[in-house]
Amino acid sequence: MAKEHPILETQDLTIRFGGHVAVDGVSASFERGSLTAIVGPNGAGKTTYFNLISGQLSATSGAVLLNGEAITRMSVPERTDRGIGRAFQLTNLFPTLSVRENVRLVAQAKARKGFDLFSVAESHVELLERADHVLAEVRLIDKAEQTVAALPHGDQRKLEVALLIALGSQVLMFDEPTAGMSVDEVPVILDLIRKLKSDMDRTILLVEHKMDVIRSLADRIIVLHNGALVADGEPADVIALPVVQEAYLGKAPDTSETAAAPEVA
Amino acid sequence: MLTRLLSGDTPRSGLLTALLLIVLISLAFAPFLFPGTRSLETAARICIFIVLVASYDLLLGYAGIVSFAHTMFFGIGAYGTALALSTTGPGYGSLIWGTAAGAVVAAVFALAIGLFSLRVKAIFFAMVTLAVASAFAVFVSQMSWLTGGEDGLNYKIPRELTPAFKLIDEKILGVRINGKLLAYYLVFFVSAILFLVMLRIVNSPFGRTLKAVRDNAFRAEAIGYRVVWYRTTATILSAVMAALAGSLLAIWLRYTGPATTLSMEIMIDILLMVVIGGMGTLYGAVLGATLFILAQTYLQTLMGVAADASSAVPLFSTLVAPERWLLWLGVLFILSVYFFPSGIVGRLRAGRA
Ligand SMILES: Nc1ncnc2c1ncn2[C@@H]1O[C@H](COP(=O)(O)OP(=O)(O)OP(=O)(O)O)[C@@H](O)[C@H]1O
Ligand SMILES: [Mg+2]
Repeated sequence: MAKEHPILETQDLTIRFGGHVAVDGVSASFERGSLTAIVGPNGAGKTTYFNLISGQLSATSGAVLLNGEAITRMSVPERTDRGIGRAFQLTNLFPTLSVRENVRLVAQAKARKGFDLFSVAESHVELLERADHVLAEVRLIDKAEQTVAALPHGDQRKLEVALLIALGSQVLMFDEPTAGMSVDEVPVILDLIRKLKSDMDRTILLVEHKMDVIRSLADRIIVLHNGALVADGEPADVIALPVVQEAYLGKAPDTSETAAAPEVA
Repeated sequence: MLTRLLSGDTPRSGLLTALLLIVLISLAFAPFLFPGTRSLETAARICIFIVLVASYDLLLGYAGIVSFAHTMFFGIGAYGTALALSTTGPGYGSLIWGTAAGAVVAAVFALAIGLFSLRVKAIFFAMVTLAVASAFAVFVSQMSWLTGGEDGLNYKIPRELTPAFKLIDEKILGVRINGKLLAYYLVFFVSAILFLVMLRIVNSPFGRTLKAVRDNAFRAEAIGYRVVWYRTTATILSAVMAALAGSLLAIWLRYTGPATTLSMEIMIDILLMVVIGGMGTLYGAVLGATLFILAQTYLQTLMGVAADASSAVPLFSTLVAPERWLLWLGVLFILSVYFFPSGIVGRLRAGRA
């Protein structure tokens, strides 16, 4: 039997902005069905690392491999087609369209119907049903008709997650998905992420600052610091490392949150 | 059935429905409701401009692309038909191949401009279209051996579409049933069909994707849409529709020249009509084009009447002197944009707020 490739791999991935190296030779591979938390202080390069994987930025050097195939030079939509999905740290939606239409557009992209010129969009009932299904999951179905620009921030964050769930890619990258959500909404989203991993066998990369969340979800933690990978391993081991303690103290990580972790987990 | 014809995009406002019905009925029965050459000319112009403005809105309102080359595509269609009719004679064959050739040339131009400039910043596309359209206008006026230069082209069209052709001898409702009438109905029905086709396109999965691209191209890419292809396709569709509108104008006027098709003035009129009617809704094109052309055609007359009637009131009568019609058109435009920033249709759909 041929050797199985990890679903996603980055090799010596580097990007320079002028003199500043934002991601510095990061090599890591991700197994199918795993959930990896990526942590690090502000400006560590977490979002930039995501941008390099999903294609919003092109690497200065190094490679991104999906199922063993280099996708480093591919465009964003090409990578999306091949199974890389991405949600954004800063909410990034279609503001003048309705909540339902935002999700429907994702379902439509996935069904590759975007170039259908002569049917009526609303007649593709399966896309609407898919949209409503996802909206029900993130508890936004009551607001399906509303225009996105008019939604409160927390709901926009939920919709941001909904778009990625609707995309249902092989690899799903969440960039601080619960930031800005109200306390009672956070568990809903975390459950959904957990379900994606266990029921759907998706590979998930999650940037997250809340240690309790990481403890309860992640199989593994990667630590970035000044663009470089400084630690990689089992959550308990990584959290115990001095460099992590230091990085997190640098970000004022509220010991309170860490202390509260066992309750939530 | 009707909803299907409208691609599910019903007016969604009682007043809007009423206005659209008035326009539709007036245009459908224009020869009988408003006898006289001038009103028939106006009605045909309205039909053609509804198509032209709707095709521009497809680009501006739906895809969010600013182009200054729309009159160029309009002109390409008109000159295609005009050149075919003047070089190969007034048959239906030349009419059809000229129209088809115009549409194909417009599509190729749009493809080239799109691929060349839609990858980069929106402002760059706008500048390129401006440059190409100006160059094209110069080119047309220089090639006078072919295009007639600034004088344009006069040509014959198939006899059945001219006043000389009589379908029946009696008049119906006092109107002569002649080729001019047939030509009007050709313009009317082709315009109606083109409008319905565009209405379908904007309500198709493709049209919805255009709105997504307009709203947030970055995110559209991230969910898998190849934005450049969508923008380029929108540019091509819009160009082809504009070219077909140009062909209709060429058939209707039996004359094609720079002033009737290529001028920057028409480009600005189109922009105003889109904005007045409401961007991002094709019904806006119907109302925008109708109101604008009516104002353009009749404001002068109306003001003449007002000036005469008020000749006793010194300042007022000077203000409404017919020469000032352009000023008043400007005032109307500013007022309409001020009070209906989302256009007439946007305002009507939002209800009385
Ligand atoms: N397009 C860019 N041009 C120049 N510098 C950039 C660009 N994108 C990111 N950077 C820089 O790269 C560094 C890493 O930024 P990044 O957004 O990846 O950090 P992060 O780990 O996601 O931080 P946060 O926790 O605040 O989200 C920062 O110093 C940032 O200023
Ligand atoms: Mg970040």
